[in-house]
Amino acid sequence: MKHDVAYYISQTAKDLQPSGIRKFFDLAAGMKDVISLGVGEPDFVTPWNIREAAILSLEQGSTSYTANAGLLELREEISAYLGRRFGVAYNPKNQIIVTVGASQALDLAFRAILNQGDEVLIVEPAFVSYAPLVSLAGGKPIAVSTSAENGFKVTPEQIEQAISEKTRALLLCFPNNPTGTSLNKAELMEIANIIEKHDLLVVSDEIYAELTYDETFTSFAAIPGMYERTILINGFSKGFAMTGWRLGMLAAPKEFVEAMLKIFQYTTLCAPTMLQYGAIEALRNTYHEVESMQRSYRRRRNYVVQTLNNIGLDCHTPGGAFYVFPSIRATGLTSEQFAEELLMQEKVAVVPGNVFGESGEGYIRCSYATSMPQLQEALKRMQRFLETKGIMRDREAGALSQL
Amino acid sequence: MKLNSEELEILKIIEENHKASAETIALMALTSEETVKNTIKKLEDEKIIMSYPTLIDWTKVDGQESIIAMIDVKVTPKRGVGFDDVAERIYRFPEVSSLYLMSGAYDLSITIEGKTMNQIAAFVSEKLSTIDNVVSTTTHFMLKKYKHDGVIFDGGADDKDRRMVVTP
Repeated sequence: MKHDVAYYISQTAKDLQPSGIRKFFDLAAGMKDVISLGVGEPDFVTPWNIREAAILSLEQGSTSYTANAGLLELREEISAYLGRRFGVAYNPKNQIIVTVGASQALDLAFRAILNQGDEVLIVEPAFVSYAPLVSLAGGKPIAVSTSAENGFKVTPEQIEQAISEKTRALLLCFPNNPTGTSLNKAELMEIANIIEKHDLLVVSDEIYAELTYDETFTSFAAIPGMYERTILINGFSKGFAMTGWRLGMLAAPKEFVEAMLKIFQYTTLCAPTMLQYGAIEALRNTYHEVESMQRSYRRRRNYVVQTLNNIGLDCHTPGGAFYVFPSIRATGLTSEQFAEELLMQEKVAVVPGNVFGESGEGYIRCSYATSMPQLQEALKRMQRFLETKGIMRDREAGALSQL
Repeated sequence: MKLNSEELEILKIIEENHKASAETIALMALTSEETVKNTIKKLEDEKIIMSYPTLIDWTKVDGQESIIAMIDVKVTPKRGVGFDDVAERIYRFPEVSSLYLMSGAYDLSITIEGKTMNQIAAFVSEKLSTIDNVVSTTTHFMLKKYKHDGVIFDGGADDKDRRMVVTP
């Protein structure tokens, strides 16, 4: 080659920052006996009926392409599911695409709606992929920071402040990764007013919809007036414990779907066929298992939130997902220092909050999608760690009052 | 008996793990330790919680293997008491580990445990078939236990945590 290899790497790839999570993965992966609260996926294996359906479809030879948008039978099930669970109506023929994970659905959405330099407001702390996906699509990610004072809920004022002439869309993800925060209908309606007023679109990542614990989940597309402005993204990963399947879904007004489908047919063609058959079964017959996983997460959330508060880490009660996002400010450490020292001293892996955006600094993300004995042990170790930092367990000021 | 949602939650947590401490259960169910203790006491008194059995895989312990048979029994029900009288005569034998009244081709289903095949044969021929209302018996010996009370023996592949240690 005539040049240094770096010459051949595109500027786009060079400009992308590696995810902050990667660093922690490398650090923790090399250690033994680590209890990980750093995993962003369910601790359940996919329910057997779903796996069995995918196996059967392979046995029957379902190994050819499907329609670009996915098997019509699956899109019909998705349409029925979205209607049944969230009260939104989408035509399976031209308003739904089965994607390779919700991540791809996000990618398609941004590519389909952004022109060079268009701004997308991202409520932070946020999932690590959002900003890079916006950039890759030629857009400009604009952070809307939330804070612990109101449980990381985004307010209409915060959104309005970030809006400029170039703002094209708002990205919402509630229940949220990493804060676990969810928004109720009234809160979403206030956001809808802003969207209407400034004539914006909303990309709503509702991947944690099934994991909502205290209030009924409301889809943003179900808010009056928002259906026409919303690209709804959901998937099988979290609620159905199917992360490794990489199956997502998107639903939107048909003009948007048409645009996204054009991109999808060239980049991907279709989602894997045998997995789509598994997904049909997931939507048809997994109601009880989904409910039972949800109950299990809720119990663990209750346990973890109260225990963290008891051992001296302030923590709001998240309404969904399987993350808690406690403040570590009392230790005087930065998020990265805390996570690194905790890992080295006590072999508990958590994710430093700053990897989810600046407003995550001073917090850590702990996933409670781990067995109760592991959680109990992890919290014991964290308590010991905090004691070395001069933070003592305060049982009297128990956390019950905060719930 | 009607339980409130808190009592029901406590009961379901215990069903999954009866060794969970009252403190842990209280945190999981968003209630106080005292409520947990009182609820458990009440549920035990009412015989809603019957016992806390331990599931043991005896095949892994040398010299402790046992033989298990399931017996289908046809019975002539007795006037006035139906099947209950015959059932009682049967379930009082300590070697009977479970007994159900069934719909279908036969009436009672017995699970019996013994040390040897002879022991079970003796029970069927001497004790069971000599009971007045027993019309016929069919004995099936159990060859292997794959799953019992929701627990897969030898773990099964699903027990292993295959996730990477940190993921987004």
